Order: sequence, then structure tokens, then C-alpha cells
Amino acid sequence: MRKGRTAAILAGLAVAVAACGNAPTTTAPTGSASAPASGGAKPLEGVTLEVAAKWTGAEQKNFEQVLKAFSDKTGAKVTYASTGEDTGAYLGPRIQGGSPPDVAILPQPGLVQQYADQDALKPLSDEVISEIDANYTPYWKELGSADGQVYGVLIKAAHKSLVWYRGQAFEDAGVQPPTTWDELVTAAQTVADSGTPPFSFCGASGWTLTDLFENVYLSTAGPENYDKLSKHEIPWTDPTVTTALEKIQQIVKNDFLVDGTSGTMQTDFPTCVSKVYGTDDAAMVIEADFVAVEAVQSGAKVGDEAKYFPFPKVGDTAPVVLGGDVAVAMKDSPGAMALLQFLASKEGGEIWAKLPGYLSPNKNVSPTNYPDELTRQLGQTIVSAGDAVRYDMSDLAPSAFGGTDGKGEWKVLQDFLRDPSDIKGAQEALESEAVKAWK
Amino acid sequence: MTERLDGRQAPPADAAGGPSTGPAAPPSKKSRLGPSPAVAIAFLLPAALLLGIWVVYPIVYSLFRSLFDATGQGFVGLGNYATIFTDSGMLTTIRNNLIWVVVAPIVVTTLGLIFAVLTERIRWATAFKLIVFMPMAVSLMAAGVIFRLVYEENPDRGVANAILTTVHDTFSSAQGYPEARPREGDQSQVADQNGAVVTKQPAQAGQPVLIPIVGVRPEFMPSDAQPARAPAAGDGLAGTVWFDFTPGGGGVNGAVDGSERGLPGMTVEAVGSGGEVAATATTAEDGTFQFEGLPAGSYTVRLPQSNFEASYGGLTWLGPTLITPAIIGAFVWVWAGFAMVLIAAGLAAIPRDALEAARIDGASEWQVFRKITVPLLSPVLLVVFVTMIINTLKVFDLVFIIAPASVQPQANVVALEMWRVSFGGGGNQGLGSALAIFLLILVLPFMIMNIRRFRRGDS
Repeated sequence: MRKGRTAAILAGLAVAVAACGNAPTTTAPTGSASAPASGGAKPLEGVTLEVAAKWTGAEQKNFEQVLKAFSDKTGAKVTYASTGEDTGAYLGPRIQGGSPPDVAILPQPGLVQQYADQDALKPLSDEVISEIDANYTPYWKELGSADGQVYGVLIKAAHKSLVWYRGQAFEDAGVQPPTTWDELVTAAQTVADSGTPPFSFCGASGWTLTDLFENVYLSTAGPENYDKLSKHEIPWTDPTVTTALEKIQQIVKNDFLVDGTSGTMQTDFPTCVSKVYGTDDAAMVIEADFVAVEAVQSGAKVGDEAKYFPFPKVGDTAPVVLGGDVAVAMKDSPGAMALLQFLASKEGGEIWAKLPGYLSPNKNVSPTNYPDELTRQLGQTIVSAGDAVRYDMSDLAPSAFGGTDGKGEWKVLQDFLRDPSDIKGAQEALESEAVKAWK
Repeated sequence: MTERLDGRQAPPADAAGGPSTGPAAPPSKKSRLGPSPAVAIAFLLPAALLLGIWVVYPIVYSLFRSLFDATGQGFVGLGNYATIFTDSGMLTTIRNNLIWVVVAPIVVTTLGLIFAVLTERIRWATAFKLIVFMPMAVSLMAAGVIFRLVYEENPDRGVANAILTTVHDTFSSAQGYPEARPREGDQSQVADQNGAVVTKQPAQAGQPVLIPIVGVRPEFMPSDAQPARAPAAGDGLAGTVWFDFTPGGGGVNGAVDGSERGLPGMTVEAVGSGGEVAATATTAEDGTFQFEGLPAGSYTVRLPQSNFEASYGGLTWLGPTLITPAIIGAFVWVWAGFAMVLIAAGLAAIPRDALEAARIDGASEWQVFRKITVPLLSPVLLVVFVTMIINTLKVFDLVFIIAPASVQPQANVVALEMWRVSFGGGGNQGLGSALAIFLLILVLPFMIMNIRRFRRGDS
């Protein structure tokens, strides 16, 4: 009796502590579960795990289905906590408070290094690493490592070199999907003439603007300059950046934007997608493969009404920019390692692959699992992509520069979208923000 | 003044050393009336302990932490404080806080006073007070979500702009083709001139004027528009205004193709060489127009800008310029009821005989309000005002939720910046602590002021 009451009080306190850590919707994790007995149908019966990731809406639902598959297999109870857009702001206080989630899914590899420096990550167990070696190319393993130690497994890839369009809008205007930048500008002009604003940008979500910049920059400046700029080895005032911004300038003029510049600045992702596929206001939205999830939400069928073309060549290189989410363990519990192993495995990847809006970096997840032909093609490009692929630049940068609302690259590119005439000013602002962030 | 304040407001730790005989009585060292120091300490200990853990220690630690850099390892002295006053983003933040502190408390207190005085006179006072007070029951976070929707730019979704556009449209409604523009280029006869469309060359009678227009939004295309046709060659000045875009592509730019439709209802002006409007015509359903009774001569044909004016879309509430006033509006909505209730309570306590004496002496209601009610209310008004200043200084949730990410730098306030610097992105808790201390210093004078007023009220 007395023991029960103490446990209840402790649980109450734990909930209160979790609540202080900005996690009012989650149950308190119990990290110190006894080690699973070997054998048995459900080795993790009674273990509770907490997973934190930034996904909401349909992406969250899909991930929860994968978690459910893990629960069914192992018997562990897994709760999902949404970190919101700003993962660092959510995890920071919880790490400080000593109650991090068991597993966190970091949207940027840069955070792996950052948290590894803070000793907030647990090195992966040998079983997980051998699973990674079996299923991933060394490039992806590298992305989840810090200082030679493997901490994370890339569980979800995002293809960021796509332009989504509404088939009907292109048909009405009589234009074909462009393959070069100049064709894109001409097509946009024709679509605008037909009475449909060609572009819907997500001006309020700064990361969508960095994705646009990265594609243009990778294409005009080439992979080597891209790597240098990623590490801030060349300044943002470099002429290659000028060229890229000049190209962007051609498509962000007021006539091309749905609801004009000021409306664009208040449009976040995924509202910008619904402006293309929900209310049919605009013709194109430049974002990654996960637009598919939101397009389906808006009532469009992928491949039918919602189509895409590869990001057109702006310079010499056809750009392929990828993003991805890295799962890391923040508590040294057997449940956490088991979950990471499941997510890295062929089995887990294939369950997820059958759901829309997911691309697996796992080379053993056969593209035939994807629900539609277009995703199958994308999955193939990611698996077979060679050295020309680049990881999202802003996600490699310190998060003060490449991953924070109202700061760094996000803010400067938003200001540039608001007033695209001042390229020089934008470059100087980018450079001064970069100097602060890298120091 | 300060000495007296210090003397009376002894912190619990000191008070524990000496006897405490109640807040109003001066401490006397010689003749003790109260309990022994040991008992006093025993009684004060729990409170002192809790205050120490939850108030004193965090303040001291923040002060200490603010002298170190982001990692907490390197000592930077007052460097973080220097950053606050040199970084341009931080200066915007401080400027915004100033606007808040100057505007919000005045508006809230004034509105509260007006509501309180007026509700004394109306029949449904309780119902009215209940409604005005109701926003207090909503958390600031929920209020932020509500006002994010209220300020949506699209009048179909945002109430603020829906009201503005409705009011505007009852006085003048836009008729025309917003966002449409001429098809320009070398072979085009027309060009854009400050929003109007004019022919590049003076038009000749007998030669039809072709004015190709593109970018007509489907929702603005009149349903009665007929396929465009070139006007019959006659003796007068005539032409066609049409939507030069063949659905599905194809068609020759600048030529009237089969399926392209005319734009009815366009106002067309014939402008003489001196710039005067010689005649006006309106296009027919097939886009043709003809000037009647025009004297022979050379004219420029012009589609005035009024044809292309966009319908009034309301204000950009969530843009960089209006964002702070918009959020202050939400703040007023939440707190006006609180101010009203406090002031109404003060109002009820005013001696009626003073008011009646003034009325008998022939004072007008306005004079009674200004010379009697407000001076007698001034202690309550000051309390409300100072409370509001403290509330505005620490405003956080409303700004965080209402301002879209793209204008958060423009809407930023110190409390939000403190959180963003410490936990969002950079994770610089040194600078965050410096901001916290800065905020504490800003709030402190008003806190002291309020405490002193309460004490004076007690005695």
C-alpha cells in the first residue's frame, strides 16, 4: 500500500518534471527498465519508451504506425512527443533537466555533433552498428557520426530537388515541365499570362527558402564550392553566391507570387502546398518529396494532379540535394537501442516505405515497396546516387545560422524575398550572420 | 525614501534575526513584545527556504551565468551585456518593448476606466462586465491562437480584414481586372505606364487599335465575355481589348485568335496631344470599343489605371510594420476586462456624497468625472497601470504565437528573445541570462512602486 503510494507520488513528480521540460502531452519515460530476458516472443514487455521528433499531422501518423509495428513485435510501449519546428529548443531544456526522451529524431546532422559535444548522446551498440553496416552506404553512416563515434542512424531521407506543379495549371497555360532554369522562367511567365500566379513560396518557413537557394547554388557553383560554402571556407560575399541570388531574383517577383510578396511572407509550410493543390490558386511549389503528404491532404492524387519535375539545371550541375532525419539515443536503455535497430533494419524500413511521403536511405529497402511509381523512381535515385549528391547545406551549418526561426540564413533569405533588389545587402547580412555563428 | 523602504522591506533572512511584530510597527530592539527569536526563525524558515530555492538562488545563478559565454566555461565579464546594446536585432527588441510599455498600459487603463464608468450607468451592467471580463478566462496562448486567425490577411479567413473590406466595399467596390497587365514586347502596340495601359503610337481613325491583355485571373473573367473580334474597319477610331491568351497554349501573341475572349466593361479613353481626354468609351462583350463623335486628329488610346485596380484586401496585420500594434490589440482584448473590474471596485468605494455635492453645486457630468471621480480613483488607476507595465515588460506568449516566423525579428520583445537565445537555436544561455537580468532590472522599479503603494494602502 505504502509502496504503491510512493510510486504514485514519484510518478506525479516525474510528470511534473516532464511538464517543466515543455512536454505536457507525454508520459514520463521510465528508462531504468530491467534488461530483457533473452528469447521469448516479446522481449521488451513492460518497457516504456519515449520518442521525440518534429513531425506533425500526416507525417506523425505514419511514423506512429511504424512505432506500433515495433510495439507489436517487442511488446515495448512507445509514446511519441512532437518537438515542434524548433527541435533544439525542445531538447535543450530536457537535456539540461536530465530527462531527455529515450530516442530523439534530429532533423539536422549538425545537431549530432552539437549534442555529442554536450555528452547528451549514447554511442550506438554493436548490434545497431552492424545493422547500419549491412543496410547503409558509408556516406550515410558518416552523417550520423561525430568525432569518429557512430551516434545516429539516418532513418528518413528527403529529396529536396523537386518542383511540384499542378497538372491542370500547366495544361491550361500549355506549358511543359522545364528542364533548364531559363525554361522555368519562361514557363512561369506563360503561366502568369494565363492568369494563374506561377509560384507559391512558403515565406514564413525559412527552411524552404534555404532549400531553394541550395539547389540553385549547387547547380551554378558546383559541388566543390558547395562544400566550401557549407563549411564557411568561402565567404557569403563570394561572386558565386551573387550569381545564385541573381537567378532566384528572376522568379521571386511580385507578379509571380500567389497573394503577392506580403502574402507569401505569412505563408508557412504546408499552407503553401494547399495553395497549389487545395485552393488551386498557384501552379508550382518548390519543395521536397514530402510535399506529397500534404498534397494528398489537400485532395490531390500524386501522379495525377500532383506532379513534379526534377529541379531544373541552373548551371552545369543537375542539383540533387537531400535532407534527412537522424535518430539518436539519449538514454542508455536496451529499449532505445532495440528501437534504433528496428528503424535501421530492412523490416522497419519496409513498413514505413509502404506509407506515403517516405523515402528510405536504406539500400536494402526495395523501391517496390513505395506506394506509387513516382516515389519508386525517387527512391532509386537516392539509393543509387553517387558522389554528386549533397546534403542540405543549412542543416550542416550551426543551427544558429541554418536552423532557427528569425535568425541567420532563414531571416536573411526572408528579407531577400521581401525585397529581392538588394543582393549585395543580402550577401553582407549572410556573411555577418555566418561569422557570428561559426566564430 | 529609499532608506525608509529598505528599512521596512527587510529580506526574510534578516528579519529572522530580529523580532518581527507585524509589518506596520517599527522594529524595537529594547522591549520585546513578540515571541523569542528561535520561534520566529522556526516560523520563517519554511518561507525563507522556499523563497531561497525558487527566487533568490535562480536570480543569483542567472547573474553569475550571465558573465560567462555560451558554453559556460569562458568568463566574458560584461561582454554579454555589451552584446545586448550593440546588436541591431536586440535594439529592435528593446525598441519594441518601449513601444509596449508606453502604449499598452495607457490603452488598457483608459479602456478599463471608460468601461467601468459607463457600466455604472447601464441596465445590463453585469452582463456587459461579464463579457468584457471573459477573455481573462482564456489563456494567453489560446488568445494568441485566436488572434493569429483574426489577423489573417485573406478576408475570407481573417475577421479583421473581413470587417475592413466589407466596410470599404460598401463605399466603393472595385470593378475591373486586378493584376491584369498588357502583353508587352517589341511587336506590341501598347505599354504599361504607371499602371495604365497606353498605345505607344498615336492611333489613326480607320485603323483598329489592338490592346492585348494578359494575366486575367479566372475569377475576374466576366461570364458574359464573348470571343474577341477585331472591329469592322469604319471611319471612327475603334479597337479591341481582349485576353490575349489561348487556353491550353498556342495562338499568336498580339493577334486576336479564334478562342480568345474579349474583356467587356473596360473604360477606354482617347487622349489628345495636349494630354486631355477627348472621348471615353466602354468595351462591349466581345471587347470592341468605338469612340463616338470624336473630331479628326491624332489620339493616344489609354486604359486608365482604374480598370486594373485590385479590390481592397484589407491591411497586412501580420507584416513587419503593423505586427506590434496588432499584438498590442490582442493584449488589450485580454486585459481590458481585468482593468475594468479593478477600477469598478474602486469606483464603488468612492464616497457618493462628494459626487452629489458637486452635482448640487452645478458641476456637469464631465466636470464631476474629471475633478472628483478620477482624482479619487487615482490610487486604483496607478495600481492597474503599474501592473500593466509589469505585464507588458514580460509579454512573451502573445508575440511568440501571433507573429509569423518571418516577422518575429520585427515583433521581438526582451522576454521572447531571452527564451530564443537560451534554448532556441544558438543555445547561448550566457546571453540569455544577461537578458533575464536586464529584464529584472527593468521590472524592479515598478515592482517596488507597487509594493510601496500596497503598503501605504494597508496602513
